[in-house]
Amino acid sequence: MELDTARTEAWLRAAAAAVTAREAELTALDTAIGDGDHGSNLRRGFTAVLAGLDAEKAGGTAAADRSPGILLAAAGRTLISTVGGASGPLYGSALRAAGRALPGASAGPDEVAAALGEALGAVRSLGGAQPGDKTMVDAWAPAAATFAEAAGQGLAAASAAAAAAAEQGARATLPLVARKGRASYLGPRSAGHLDPGAVSTALLFAALAEACRER
Amino acid sequence: MKKLINSPETVVADALAGLAAAHPELAVDAAARVVRRARPGAPGKTALVSGGGSGHEPLHVGFVGPGMLDAACPGEVFTSPVPDQVLAAARAVDTGGGVLFVVKNYTGDVMNFALAAELAAEEGIEVATVLVDDDVAVQDSTFTAGRRGTGATLVVEKAAGALAELGAPLAEVAALGRRVNAASRSYAVALTAATVPAVGRPGFELPEDEIEAGVGIHGEPGRRREPLRPARELAAEVVDTVLADHGLAPGDEVIALVNGMGATPLLELYVVFGEVADRLADAEVRIARSLVGNYVTSLDMAGFSLTLTRADAELLRLWDAPVATPALTWC
Repeated sequence: MELDTARTEAWLRAAAAAVTAREAELTALDTAIGDGDHGSNLRRGFTAVLAGLDAEKAGGTAAADRSPGILLAAAGRTLISTVGGASGPLYGSALRAAGRALPGASAGPDEVAAALGEALGAVRSLGGAQPGDKTMVDAWAPAAATFAEAAGQGLAAASAAAAAAAEQGARATLPLVARKGRASYLGPRSAGHLDPGAVSTALLFAALAEACRER
Repeated sequence: MKKLINSPETVVADALAGLAAAHPELAVDAAARVVRRARPGAPGKTALVSGGGSGHEPLHVGFVGPGMLDAACPGEVFTSPVPDQVLAAARAVDTGGGVLFVVKNYTGDVMNFALAAELAAEEGIEVATVLVDDDVAVQDSTFTAGRRGTGATLVVEKAAGALAELGAPLAEVAALGRRVNAASRSYAVALTAATVPAVGRPGFELPEDEIEAGVGIHGEPGRRREPLRPARELAAEVVDTVLADHGLAPGDEVIALVNGMGATPLLELYVVFGEVADRLADAEVRIARSLVGNYVTSLDMAGFSLTLTRADAELLRLWDAPVATPALTWC
């Protein structure tokens, strides 16, 4: 199985659905240790991503112009232009970097692994966060690494493993003390709360697993 | 939640429509979310662009006009603007002299302005950035995102705006802005939390008889919770906290800003200012200029912040220079 245009679109649509369905939960997490807008900002961004996908479909864009890389890069640009805050540039740059790494009409598991690595690199270079800083990196890093390790088992298995790793990474942010972003102002008081960005990253990987499930 | 809004989703757009209706001297681009002067600055003038989340009004849109900003980019409530907005603002106000971004030190603002600066540079627009980080409540900046930008933003925008109006080149205006930021310290206390319209509930719970000391302008937690006390004691604590960090010496002069967080009446702000003035007199720090009012707010938070900027002759000259904006006007 390869990541083709249909699965990439399904990934983005599933991510949008998840962000919308879990908006209140993301906002509640962000209210505890941030400024309470993570859910509404991501919903606004992914709603715009959906509108972009729909417009392209309605406009009858040629298949060659809807490769996985082009779809991801376009979604990234939309997130940068609509989300604001830190999560807009971070998710937007991640998807753009992944998109740039996927030039073909479809991509095998190894190529997807490399693209996810590029995405993680973009997040880390823009935000400067290390694993353990209680940020989205704590979900991205194990997810990307697990995907690469499991790539030999195929796209569906690697995606499922990465989603589980992202989920576990997000849960592991609970006891951490934040060292980046707005939660860092809380110092020790940030411990005992999940990082909202790590949780939304887990949603993104769960959406990838859903789009790449064996049917 | 009781608010004078049509809907949480449209609050920023509706406020911009009102700003446009009230201030014909401003050009409000509702689609691009850019507020600029209707009459552009002189050709070659260094242009000043700032921006940040909405909810801190009059910062930044109320500071657009001769002697201060050339354009401002309001984001969603408490959310930084996106790079497209900042780029559109830079394009609109650059007349060849380059653009200075005045950015408050928050992770999102820093990232979005940095992306915009890259895009502007690709288009041949010269950009420099002043990062404002004056909030002494954040102590351990090695393990945090660093000190937050608060009240000093107004002082930076006023002084840098005045220098730009005098024809100073971008590098000089940027250097002045950084110098003003380095000479400024702020500290705030909250009596109540702000309610973000889209959230509908206060950002934190504070009992009737407690304050949050060191609060941030988005309701970020401060250093600690404390009992509410008379204004004299609160003002003394705030002055002492700022002085302890500032390193001001007896005989130094300051610009003193007592800023309301949005829901505190001017009557109370003047009570506070009187106490601040007494405490500064005890420390033999002279108030050269003062400003009292709601300038860097946090929606409907009650409380105040104190900003002290060490003053010298050049800074006072720039502070006194004419300014004509919706929120700050003198000649």
